[in-house]
Amino acid sequence: MTTGCHASKDTVMTPSVRLQEMIRVIRSARTQGEERGIIQKECADIRAQFRQGDNGERSHSLAKLLYVHMLGYPAHFGQMECVRLIASPRYSEKRIGYLGAMMLLDEKQDASLLITNSIKNDLSHSSQYVQSLALCTLACMGSAEMCRDLAPEIERLLRASNCYIKKKATLCAVHIIRKVPELAELFTPSARSLLSEKNHGVLHGAVVLITELCEHNPDTLDQFRKAVPELVQIMKGLVTSSYSPEHNVAGISDPFLQVRILRLLRILGHNNDTASDAMNDLLAQVATNTDSSKTAGSAVLYETVLTIMDINSESGLRVLAVNILGRFLLNNDRNIRYISMTSLQKIVQTDHNAVQRHRGTIVDCLKDQDTSVKRRALELSLALVSAVNIRSMMKELLIFLSTCPPELRSQTTSGIFNVAERYSPSKRWHIDTILHVLTTAGGDVRDETVPNLIQLITTASELHCYTVHKLYRALVKEISQQPLVQVACWCIGEYGDLLLKGECEEIEPVQVTEDDVLDALETVLQSHMSSPATRGFALTATMKLSTRITDNVDRIRSIVSIYGSCIDLELQQRAVEYNALFKKYDHMRAAVLERMPVMGKNSPGHTNGDTSGENKEPDPSKPKPVEAGLLSEPASQVCDLLDLLGGTDTPLQPNPAPTSTPTTTSSTDLLDLLGGLEPTPVLTETVYEKNGLRLKIQCDKQTETEVMVTLIGSNSAQNDITNFSLQAAVPKSVQLQMKAPSGNVIPAHGLGQVTQTVVLNNPNKVSLKIRIRVSYSNQGVMHQDTVQIDSFPSPACQPQSALCDTYTSSASP
Amino acid sequence: MTMHFLLLFSRQGKLRLQKWFLPLPERERKKIVKDMTTMVLSRKPRTCNFLHWKDLKIVYKRYASLYFCCALENKDNELLALEILHRYVELLDKYFGSVCELDIIFNFEKAYFILDEFLMGGEIQETSKQSIAKSVEASDMLQETMEEYMSKPAF
Repeated sequence: MTTGCHASKDTVMTPSVRLQEMIRVIRSARTQGEERGIIQKECADIRAQFRQGDNGERSHSLAKLLYVHMLGYPAHFGQMECVRLIASPRYSEKRIGYLGAMMLLDEKQDASLLITNSIKNDLSHSSQYVQSLALCTLACMGSAEMCRDLAPEIERLLRASNCYIKKKATLCAVHIIRKVPELAELFTPSARSLLSEKNHGVLHGAVVLITELCEHNPDTLDQFRKAVPELVQIMKGLVTSSYSPEHNVAGISDPFLQVRILRLLRILGHNNDTASDAMNDLLAQVATNTDSSKTAGSAVLYETVLTIMDINSESGLRVLAVNILGRFLLNNDRNIRYISMTSLQKIVQTDHNAVQRHRGTIVDCLKDQDTSVKRRALELSLALVSAVNIRSMMKELLIFLSTCPPELRSQTTSGIFNVAERYSPSKRWHIDTILHVLTTAGGDVRDETVPNLIQLITTASELHCYTVHKLYRALVKEISQQPLVQVACWCIGEYGDLLLKGECEEIEPVQVTEDDVLDALETVLQSHMSSPATRGFALTATMKLSTRITDNVDRIRSIVSIYGSCIDLELQQRAVEYNALFKKYDHMRAAVLERMPVMGKNSPGHTNGDTSGENKEPDPSKPKPVEAGLLSEPASQVCDLLDLLGGTDTPLQPNPAPTSTPTTTSSTDLLDLLGGLEPTPVLTETVYEKNGLRLKIQCDKQTETEVMVTLIGSNSAQNDITNFSLQAAVPKSVQLQMKAPSGNVIPAHGLGQVTQTVVLNNPNKVSLKIRIRVSYSNQGVMHQDTVQIDSFPSPACQPQSALCDTYTSSASP
Repeated sequence: MTMHFLLLFSRQGKLRLQKWFLPLPERERKKIVKDMTTMVLSRKPRTCNFLHWKDLKIVYKRYASLYFCCALENKDNELLALEILHRYVELLDKYFGSVCELDIIFNFEKAYFILDEFLMGGEIQETSKQSIAKSVEASDMLQETMEEYMSKPAF
């Protein structure tokens, strides 16, 4: 039974006419249902064909089945047919059979084992195209078992065959090693000799194989380091060769092979000086001579940059690499700009200054249309902010925030807060910036923003007047941004008296009456836009004003009593308690609602037991352990207070924990209790002290191979220290990463400090020493000193945190 | 250039070719195809050709009505992947003569045969266009010769 169609001359290579007819019919189906019907019929035909056995139709039927499979229909009944066709002596049947095996069989099916024998036979077939089918299929879906079985065959083909088969056998070997790593040693001997092949296909395969062997076994990697000169030669040949039409892509000779070699060189040169030195010249040559006007050249340059950054290259070469990335940033091709930023992100910590040079271009990329590019530009921009450029960078970041896509907003706000915290030039700037963010993107900020901002505001006591005025104005304008409204309410409650006084140096004075203020708060209370937490803030603020205003106390009384019957339980409870404060405990109202003291910095991990670690507190004699809940639950505080006040009438400061009376003592007592616990839970050591400058080293983290320390400079002299900078040197095998310093001016009288984090990577676990050169100016005189540190303070976290834990657990309510 | 998979699909999301270089169950393959088509087809014009998906890099490029989409590992070179996709298109173009989507639909098995001469196990096996073209041609001739020998038509 023949098909009845004879292929015409020009379709002699695609004689599958009936297959094409079936495809045509399927495509002409107008509905999904119609298509399903046609497919069902065809599948029935195919099944019948399979059952009939060898009639010259089988390969045709399998081809049809494979098409049906690609449309998404089940085709597992064709699996055995694949096995049969692979065993056929006819090439056309083998060809489609192997294709079917690759599409329908995977190593998890039992049928795949059945083809192992056919593959074995075909590997030694007289026709290289049959061998090729077997090799391809093995590399595509060979299971571990099949690989073990056929590995010796593959190794033989690797050594003794023509180029066509050799290149395929090499990649087959790669697959085998990935599946059965122990077989790697079988291929290691022949791999090296393959590098002397001239055929690019084989050479490429050889490089892939060697890469795979090196990645699997560090000893093999050592061995192959000896091949670096050979690889360098091959690369040189490619880079300097004259035009070869066979391998040329946009002026680059075989970019695929070049990239692969560069990648292997990267692995071989990593952490090894000898190998890195041997490839230095080559990398410089490739970096300088490769034409990057088309993607092929850019791909090679990109790989070169990656290699330079990952081996022990000379600093000149590293600068060259960063400059290439900088050039990429200006490229018209968006892909190349994206690649550049991803790479710059990886090196912004280690080569900070080099990347800083391209800051302008990076900031421009914030305006790119593509969100992925924007995201990269944002991450890089945040990493490049320093004390020197904070003002201009923040301008750009805030502009970006107002127009950025919604999926990037919370990342942007977090980033802005982080850099503002680290590098604010002044408290007022800091507060203004946070307010700006809250006005623009209040819905996308972290939860801790509100308490953090409040804490910041309390510490800036000279700005209370300014802050409350500014917040009042923002509140009057609109009340939809919850975090902003919450902070505004809190401030008005706290500093309402300053608001009403009307005079403020930094802002145009505006007359604000008591009614105005209460109106604003009541609007918040009544608005449907206000969340329950916000309304809590507003109610408490209203209550606090009762001791800060003079005329409208009755109005406050009535507001508070109304909310005594509010449906919201939280509000109701507060209102009832405030009512009680008005009635039964009126004599205490003033004391309870007194101005809050300055709060210590409160990070999420700390509870009220831990003292605030920051030196920002201007009033260290009155630290109050702050509970995160303090701000939003003054009501429960009052409750506890009332409980406590069963008998005494000593005015107590607002204190969250009834059992924490010991915490009302000063911080020094606290320290005694904890047996010498420093405010910061890690050990610091002074390493240099002169001219009022004191340099301390603090160990933040220590593992076997990595140490992270912070160098802290403080100044007890009468004058500011300027041009403060640190340089460091470490033993040869240790890698040093100095992060950007927090600034270069240390204010006098201990009013501020400069910190710089240093990461030391010590893979060989040598004894760590660091030599630090300190340079600074004091009263116009330049000083420079060197200090060597031979031992590092160990982070004493472990034992002391145990103390912390026991302490806090007893203190928490 | 350890490629995990290579997909070709139309602008309507119809799959035209799927090459998997890793063993994955059928169910998971279907899910990945769906994810890829959704992700790539929703990309706006004038955006870059690289995406992140799980822990892989996805590189895609549109040629006329077909999207070529491949998945790479994190250490791979995306720019080179673009060159690989382009090379495959050139190979198809040479074989079919001004290739279009219909050629690939009606001769899908040929598209696979060509791909199998270019990539193997997720890696490039031959970097010379002429070499690949010659091999495919020779295999096609082999098909014919064998058929003539067996004196039975192939399809």
